[in-house]
Amino acid sequence: MTNVLKQRNVVIILILFALAFPMMTSNTYMIHVMTLSFIWMIGVYGLNLLAGYTGYLSLAHAGFFAIGAYSLGLLTVKAQMNFWLALVLALVITCSIGLVVGAIALRTKEHFFAIYTLCLGYIIYLVIDKWDSLTEGVRGLIGIPAPAPIGPITFETEKAHYYFVLFFLLLVVLIMYRIVHSLSGRTYIAIRNSEDLAQTIGISTKTNKLTVFVLSTFFAGLSGALYASFVRFIGPDIGSTNIVFDLLTYLLVGGIGTLSGPIVGTLLIVWLSQLLQDFQQYRMLIFGPALTLLIIFAPRGIVGAVATWNMNRKLKKYPNNQARSGRSRNDSLVKSEIVPEKQVKEG
Amino acid sequence: MEILIQQLFNGLTIGSVYALVALGLTLVYGILHIPNFAHGALYMMGGYITLTMMTRFGLHYWLAIFVSIIVVGLLGVLMERFVFHPLREAPPIHDKIAAIGILLFLEAFAQFYWGAEYQSMPTPYGQIVEVFGLTLTMQRILIVVAAVVVMFILYLFLKKTFTGATIIAMSQNREGANLVGINTNKVAMLTFMISGGLAAIASSLSAPINLVFPGMGHLVILKAFVIIILGGMGSIPGAIVGGYIVGFSESLGATYISNDYKDIIAFLFLVLILTVKPTGLFSKGGSH
Amino acid sequence: MIFLETKQLTKRFGGLVAVNNVDFAIEQGKINAIIGPNGAGKSTFFNLISGFHPPTSGQVIFKGQDITKLPSNKIAELGVARTFQTTNLFEQSTVLDNVIVGHRLRTKSTLVDAILRTPRLKREEAQCREKAMEVLEFVDLQHIAHKPVAGLTQEEKKRTAFALALATDPEIVFLDEPAAGVNPDETEGLAELMKKMVNKGITVCLIEHKMQMIMRIADKIMVLNYGEKIAEGKPEEIQNNETVIKAYLGGSASA
Ligand SMILES: Nc1ncnc2c1ncn2[C@@H]1O[C@H](COP(=O)(O)OP(=O)(O)OP(=O)(O)O)[C@@H](O)[C@H]1O
Ligand SMILES: [Mg+2]
Repeated sequence: MTNVLKQRNVVIILILFALAFPMMTSNTYMIHVMTLSFIWMIGVYGLNLLAGYTGYLSLAHAGFFAIGAYSLGLLTVKAQMNFWLALVLALVITCSIGLVVGAIALRTKEHFFAIYTLCLGYIIYLVIDKWDSLTEGVRGLIGIPAPAPIGPITFETEKAHYYFVLFFLLLVVLIMYRIVHSLSGRTYIAIRNSEDLAQTIGISTKTNKLTVFVLSTFFAGLSGALYASFVRFIGPDIGSTNIVFDLLTYLLVGGIGTLSGPIVGTLLIVWLSQLLQDFQQYRMLIFGPALTLLIIFAPRGIVGAVATWNMNRKLKKYPNNQARSGRSRNDSLVKSEIVPEKQVKEG
Repeated sequence: MEILIQQLFNGLTIGSVYALVALGLTLVYGILHIPNFAHGALYMMGGYITLTMMTRFGLHYWLAIFVSIIVVGLLGVLMERFVFHPLREAPPIHDKIAAIGILLFLEAFAQFYWGAEYQSMPTPYGQIVEVFGLTLTMQRILIVVAAVVVMFILYLFLKKTFTGATIIAMSQNREGANLVGINTNKVAMLTFMISGGLAAIASSLSAPINLVFPGMGHLVILKAFVIIILGGMGSIPGAIVGGYIVGFSESLGATYISNDYKDIIAFLFLVLILTVKPTGLFSKGGSH
Repeated sequence: MIFLETKQLTKRFGGLVAVNNVDFAIEQGKINAIIGPNGAGKSTFFNLISGFHPPTSGQVIFKGQDITKLPSNKIAELGVARTFQTTNLFEQSTVLDNVIVGHRLRTKSTLVDAILRTPRLKREEAQCREKAMEVLEFVDLQHIAHKPVAGLTQEEKKRTAFALALATDPEIVFLDEPAAGVNPDETEGLAELMKKMVNKGITVCLIEHKMQMIMRIADKIMVLNYGEKIAEGKPEEIQNNETVIKAYLGGSASA
């Protein structure tokens, strides 16, 4: 119980810090970078829900990010629609495409799913790049508006935009928290752990996976739409695989399948990249190997490593029942599969 | 009519390159059951190493390719040893992420070391020849012939040598292979060596008619994945046939449908296949 | 009374006939056992009944209803539970957390309930937790409910897998080699547990290689060899059956 209290305090402190951040610095550039990292976090949560909690690695999420961004951009710039209406529509469009794509993609598993989504992502990118008459192709889409004012609240300044994005981030974190700590979350984790086992305890893996897929495209689309209205300019590059690889890096460094991983990883890498400004272009010289090493040595990232450490302490609190440790020799998977042969002779 | 024949020949050229890349990918999949997302980066490295050997060290084209095969092959072996081997018991997501890490690193490395610009590779076979009224470059003919020769050698190696037979045995049954005393580690390393070598050959052959740049492996690897799903993951003849199918449909599509969207054709194939048959063509049904 | 029944059940994997024309009837409230050498098709037989693989031909009838074509989650909802030969539990999670989700199929709350934290969700969460504690007590694991599965002994893992199956509120459970890799004392404990299930009104069907235990607890035994049913009957009948003895001694066993 004290653990829960501690957790809550940490969360409150973090939120207060996020709220106070723009007042602590007069440097609008820092606020700009922070806002951008919040936007990425939302996308990373989308990836985390699907890959981290449900076990399906989607490499098409840059595509959904781009669909969200372009939908908002096109609706506001070309169709002159009200920002808020456009935002809602952009999300509806992303989710609808997500629903269709998910229904097909989720028929595949593991490698096939990863390859399939990688190719789908590429198709989305190619369509955006080549469909000049709609998307302006490589010229990009310029002049995407900031959010329209709501009554007296305007979103023109960096600070206002910061709070606008923070609002959505907190909403996403809240939703994620509630999902993970609910029966639905347990269901998804069961699917990640073993789809076969989940199915035999009566879970409809099909519907659950599709729900998760659509929700994760929702997060990706939201992140894209926020990006479009924040940066005001978008080009086909935002749909390229590089974006999904970036998101994946943030997720892995922070901790895949953990609630705070997306925040930790994104903050760390975005700010690290800022420090290594000149190095920006070559950042993957470091982050690439980091990704590989992490997955080998710390597959659940920074947050996961801390959690494992905690669990080990817990394990020590319940010492193994005497004598048993000696017998557990034949616990290993390989052995218990060979053992039956000998046991036949018992009869 | 002439355009058609010209395009068919182009298809043959591209198809040869695809087939070589897909062969490496399918061999690795057959042995270790991992889709090597970093295979495209090996292809790219192959192009750069051949180019560097030629321009900086003044090696002859063929000699440069030879060095490239060795270096990229060894890169493959390193990947197997230090990344895929430690991950063989890990959840299925892990090896893919690890491979993506390698891919990102190698691309960043190429950009850092060789620069981001597109470079062209000189070739001693730039001359243009007329065959049956068709205008062809020697390089294209070379690609087709060399690919066939390489595939034939690979075939002989796999069918006629003991080492080759162990690779086949292991791709059919890893545990069984372990039981009959095949050194599975050695076979895995050898397979990565061959896979890397094939990638290096493919890129070195195609670089003179395309260009060398850090992202040159992107599309090729994606298409190679489509090809091995088309031909059956792990199937060697499937990779070859699939390579030519994709090559032909692309060059015909470019002429008769749209040059802009020709790269999409392969992916539409894939989407179609997996939509109809989620476990890929030619997969053995019912397995878990 | 016949509770669950298979009629000419057959499964082919390519050229291999893993289960061949098997007719088997399971009686309610009894312990039914399936034995046979390695690779005889026992696990496959379970996979067919629980809807895991579609049979090549034949039928599975549960309480008069044809369930042959139902997906495995629907079959579970009808009250048919199973465990796997290898316990694929979630190792990083606690015993309790592993078992709670087992009652999910009896709940209705959706993702929307989760996001809005509706009263229905809270009620159903409590219900799942209660159920989990109840079955953990039943399998005698309540004292380690909060221990991560990774730290359990093989026997405790088997019990956790039982608990998970029981959490689905089944009428019949299929246990695939419940006592594999477990020492003789513990095997005894697991046998007691199966009897306890039957006393609670749950029909048990198990696959086992440990003959002594089977002969003692089973009411009825079926013997599979190369996918075919070669014998069926009471333990003493099986023990003296010529064909069975030949099948086991004939060295047909292969992993
Ligand atoms: N998914 C599958 N695809 C192909 N063959 C399979 C599959 N599942 C099982 N088999 C084959 O079917 C046969 C029966 O296997 P099964 O697992 O049912 O045996 P078993 O009686 O449970 O053996 P054990 O005592 O070793 O658990 C074996 O030859 C096995 O190789
Ligand atoms: Mg079995």
